[in-house]
Amino acid sequence: MEFKTFVFYVVAAILVFAALRTITARNPVHAALFLVLAFFSMAAIWMLLQAEFLAIILIMVYVGAVMVLFLFVVMMLDIDIERLRHRFWSYLPLGAMIGLLMVAEMALVLSGTYFSAAALPGQTMPEGYSNTKELARLLYTDFVYPFELASVILLVGVIAAVMLTLRQRKDTKYQNPSEQLAVKRNDRVRLVKMATEKDLPAEPEVKEGGQ
Amino acid sequence: MEALILNFFQWFWNLFGLWDVIWPWFQHIWPLVWSIMRIVAILVPLILGVAYLPYFERKVIAYMHVRIGPNRVGPLGLLQPIADSLKLMFKEVLFPAKASTKLFIFGPIVALAPALIAWAVVPFADGWVLADIDAGVLFLLAVTSIGVYGIIISGWASNSKYPFLGAMRATAQMISYEIAMGMALVAVLMVSNSLNISEIVRVQDQGRFADMGLSVLSWNFIPLLPMFLVYFISGVAETNRAPFDVVEGESEIVAGHMVEYSGMTFALFFLAEYANMILIAFLASIFFLGGWLSPVGFLPDGHHWLAAKVSFLLFCFLWFRATFPRYRYDQIMRLGWKVFIPICITWILVVGVWMMSPFNIWK
Repeated sequence: MEFKTFVFYVVAAILVFAALRTITARNPVHAALFLVLAFFSMAAIWMLLQAEFLAIILIMVYVGAVMVLFLFVVMMLDIDIERLRHRFWSYLPLGAMIGLLMVAEMALVLSGTYFSAAALPGQTMPEGYSNTKELARLLYTDFVYPFELASVILLVGVIAAVMLTLRQRKDTKYQNPSEQLAVKRNDRVRLVKMATEKDLPAEPEVKEGGQ
Repeated sequence: MEALILNFFQWFWNLFGLWDVIWPWFQHIWPLVWSIMRIVAILVPLILGVAYLPYFERKVIAYMHVRIGPNRVGPLGLLQPIADSLKLMFKEVLFPAKASTKLFIFGPIVALAPALIAWAVVPFADGWVLADIDAGVLFLLAVTSIGVYGIIISGWASNSKYPFLGAMRATAQMISYEIAMGMALVAVLMVSNSLNISEIVRVQDQGRFADMGLSVLSWNFIPLLPMFLVYFISGVAETNRAPFDVVEGESEIVAGHMVEYSGMTFALFFLAEYANMILIAFLASIFFLGGWLSPVGFLPDGHHWLAAKVSFLLFCFLWFRATFPRYRYDQIMRLGWKVFIPICITWILVVGVWMMSPFNIWK
């Protein structure tokens, strides 16, 4: 067996295990962490397929950003597993149907290429081939309009998310940094000039002996 | 270098007349052995640096405060780091009741591991790099973004309120500044036209000033000065160093996510913080200060230049700590989101227009 194949099987086994634990773990935080492990294994498999750009972006975006925020939410929520399982049986038919649909779709996609694997382009890329450069060239030439469109849609999503969650509360106390910075010393401190000593009415001198 | 060491092996085993016996199977594992040797050659100086950086920190800050600093253990207190690490090693590792033990141990490991993995793509001189990969910058960004898990996992696994709140606070700060750092690098990528880190350094050795023998004027920090400042300041915030060290605060949050840790598990967080500092100093020197390039043409390039630049930036880390008062938490977030990110976006636009204009200096 080639070493690459061996690596693939090890990583794939970890991926399947992590994916299974994601849906079977009792603790939601553990489930989220297993999902992170699944992303890692998936990135490794993509790396084996010489799609290094996608693999690294998967780690950067999903592991580095999305899952961190996801963990935030999961840790803050008080999730009661028992209550979630309460209506398990009534949801089962619907869930099973969606699952079967997904399996069927994947089977359709995979069977098309699986049986004609020989028709696929060769796995080995020429020396000096840069996945990243090739992808960038395609994105900014042939697919530049869909790409720009997608980014505009994302921007709309970002603004919408901010606007939906932005609640202006009347009783919030906040500081205005520019006002704070604009403060002059004279606004806050007033120096009062006064004599350090005051002459008291002359007292009768006391004669002291010794020093 | 590789041939030299291989020759040494051959000479060594020939002393016993065993080379011909060993070579047939040794040649298969040699690439592995060679990689491990290079990894050790990077990690051992790094760990030593991590051990001695706190010593220098204490000394530098002490001199800035007109104190003496550690001077009891060994001459000039030079054995202080060894004493400290021995102490940490022999201390008991405590586990809080009802803490999630596996994740409790896993947290510090995840904090430290990315800080070490990132060194795989850091070039020390021309060709002196463990993995000279084309997507080096992406690899760095991906690996360093994992470090935040160490904090969030340890905060949650401690099963205690202060660590949890501290972890939330630290995580929010780190992911905010990661964005600014990544955007600062976008400008570097635009002018270098490459994601390969060694290539980014080589590009800084080109241009009119470099041809005149003044390579220092063609380094990235001059045309990209705002990006350099944003990158380095975000780096300080990313490593949770003063003046952005709100992760710890005796009067409010105690030691943040590290409250429940003791002994070696605490030491791992400590190691991670200083390893990250050294990494940020290296990256800032490589991306903006010309890496191993010498500032003037008549002096040869070499790793000592990188060492000098890194030492200066590390000194800046310590200098900041002795100089600036801490930021308030909402001001930290404001600086990251409302100041640095707009600066980055503007400067990316400026660089883009600049590169398309006739005044392009990066051709």
